[in-house]
Amino acid sequence: MTMRLVAENLSCERGGRRVFSDLALTLEAGRALAVTGPNGVGKSSLLRVLAGLVQPASGSIRIEDGDPELSAGEHCHYYGHLDALKPALSVLENLDFWTSFLAPGRTGARWQPMTPIEALEALGIDHAGDLPAAYLSAGQRRRLALARLLVVARPVWLLDEPTSALDAASEARLGELMSDHLAAGGIIVAATHQTMPLAEVGTLRLEAPA
Amino acid sequence: MSGWMGALFLRELRLSLRVGGGALIGVLFFLAVITVIPFGVGPDLNLLALIGPAVLWIGALLATLLGLDRLFQADRDDGSLDLMLMAGRPLEVLVLVKCLAHWVGTGLPLVLSAPVLSIFLNLEPLAIGAVALTLLVGTPALTLIGAIGAALTVSLRRGGLLLAVLVVPFSIPVLIFGVSASGAAVTEPTPFLTPFLLLAALTLISAVVGPVAAAMALRFSSD
Amino acid sequence: MAILDLANPTRFLALSARLLPWLAAACVIAFAVGLYMTFFVAPDDYQQGATVKIMYLHVPAAWLAMMCYSVMAISSLGTLIWKHPLADVSAKAAAPIGAAFTLISLITGSLWGKPMWGTYWVWDARLTSVLVLFIMYLGLIALWRTIEDPIRAGKAAAVLTLVGAINLPIIKFSVDWWNTLHQPASVIRMDGPTIHPTILWPLLVMALAFTLLFFVMHLMAMRNEILRRRLRTMQLQAASARVGVATPQAAE
Repeated sequence: MTMRLVAENLSCERGGRRVFSDLALTLEAGRALAVTGPNGVGKSSLLRVLAGLVQPASGSIRIEDGDPELSAGEHCHYYGHLDALKPALSVLENLDFWTSFLAPGRTGARWQPMTPIEALEALGIDHAGDLPAAYLSAGQRRRLALARLLVVARPVWLLDEPTSALDAASEARLGELMSDHLAAGGIIVAATHQTMPLAEVGTLRLEAPA
Repeated sequence: MSGWMGALFLRELRLSLRVGGGALIGVLFFLAVITVIPFGVGPDLNLLALIGPAVLWIGALLATLLGLDRLFQADRDDGSLDLMLMAGRPLEVLVLVKCLAHWVGTGLPLVLSAPVLSIFLNLEPLAIGAVALTLLVGTPALTLIGAIGAALTVSLRRGGLLLAVLVVPFSIPVLIFGVSASGAAVTEPTPFLTPFLLLAALTLISAVVGPVAAAMALRFSSD
Repeated sequence: MAILDLANPTRFLALSARLLPWLAAACVIAFAVGLYMTFFVAPDDYQQGATVKIMYLHVPAAWLAMMCYSVMAISSLGTLIWKHPLADVSAKAAAPIGAAFTLISLITGSLWGKPMWGTYWVWDARLTSVLVLFIMYLGLIALWRTIEDPIRAGKAAAVLTLVGAINLPIIKFSVDWWNTLHQPASVIRMDGPTIHPTILWPLLVMALAFTLLFFVMHLMAMRNEILRRRLRTMQLQAASARVGVATPQAAE
């Protein structure tokens, strides 16, 4: 039995407004899903519901064949609009903190987390390791936030507009990392306006109710 | 198991001591409060010695409460709080560690500066020791109770003042036993130990109630 | 144009490096002479005994506390009006030194007062004003520490420094008025121009030594601040040194 992310009958209300209802999805290990649709249709809300940050109005989310001790959200990496970086700490201090703080979603031979240095090298910001994060450019901050996904092994990546503020080269690098993650049996759900830099990706298009 | 707590503690402490952190501003605020009191009540040294322990306690209370508004808000603003909620770590322990680090960064300097400020208020050595000791035991309770207010107001723009309003009623018992213990140390017949032990009990109770209530409020705040 | 030359931080670093050894030597000599005169020339007070010698530290420290604030106020004018590139460096460098002199004058004042008042602190008008000055120094330092960008921090602190310069006389007046409501004039009192030469000369030499000490430390702190800012610029450049990921041709 392979790991699966299963959501059934999901509905979400925010501020009294029904964002989406009766949404169901199943993703097997190694699969990616792009959530598309116009602004305000609830792409980000769906990701936050999957992450466990917003309680769904109805429905359930579970990880089949995951760690029974952990909730679905604790299997996930959430890569949102905010970088969760402290400008006063150095680049490595920021990354080291999340490395020790985030509990790994699953310990298995197929997920080999990188060390913080390796992750910075993989994203091309290892030269800035000892500098305060305040000195990074917007794109570098995005990449440092991305490094978090590489140092702690979690099977599900929830990416909200993952390519924003990244240049073409970084975007290609992100594509490689996502492919590696899928090849290792990971799952990716990404809310995006652009085509994902991936070979094979399913699409879930959210439409505003007519 | 303890690795992540150490990492969190170090991070919080570093943040409070580096640029933009509030560690020394709390002490400065404490000094400012103590300095304006004599302008209000007059420079009579006997009077100041009489009200000194109370003044120091109220100064420490205000400095603690006003320094707490960014306890969770800073993490919410940059997205760290989302990740903390998803971290797979017990949220109550997380709050406790954050409070502990916050107290070491901002509360402990208040306790250490209290003896110096006592000189301005003409306290005797015995009273200085009593005030410092009661502050050492009692200020963690203020931080832990204040954490509840900080968690409740985490999503509000003007949370700081509201936090103080919300939390002041709950901090009254701490103030009462803190001041009466420091007073009892100087005035002979009244026993010091009774209010002091009650103060210690209040701190221990807040170490349970504060993190549990704050964690609950943080879970509801995420949206 | 000397002023214009000095505006260039590199020129300033070179000039100050040449000046500093001479200033430091003059400072050491002034202290040697001043301390000798304090301990061996100046007489003990017939009432206070040897404790009166604290005055030779206390009074110059208090003068310097005020002079340092004047330097900061002038520097702040330089920041806001003439936009002189070294002005906020000068103001920032002076603040901790001013705070230190203020603290020295508070501590020595309290030690000097102890035998007479029987306590380390009374809310004497002069001491209280100095305490308020101390709080203002600490507030300025905290403001500088809180704003990360040195240029913005410099402007904010310059505004506060100038507001402080306008307010200081008002504060002094209010504190004096408040104090006379409650108690007669202070114990620490200089007897104006009738002061005896064996007291006056050691005091003046010590004041000179303190002033030289201020200039030595101020120059050194300014050099440190310039180097600190250069380091920051270099780190910013280092952070953006490599753009893109692993592929150098994809430059932004």
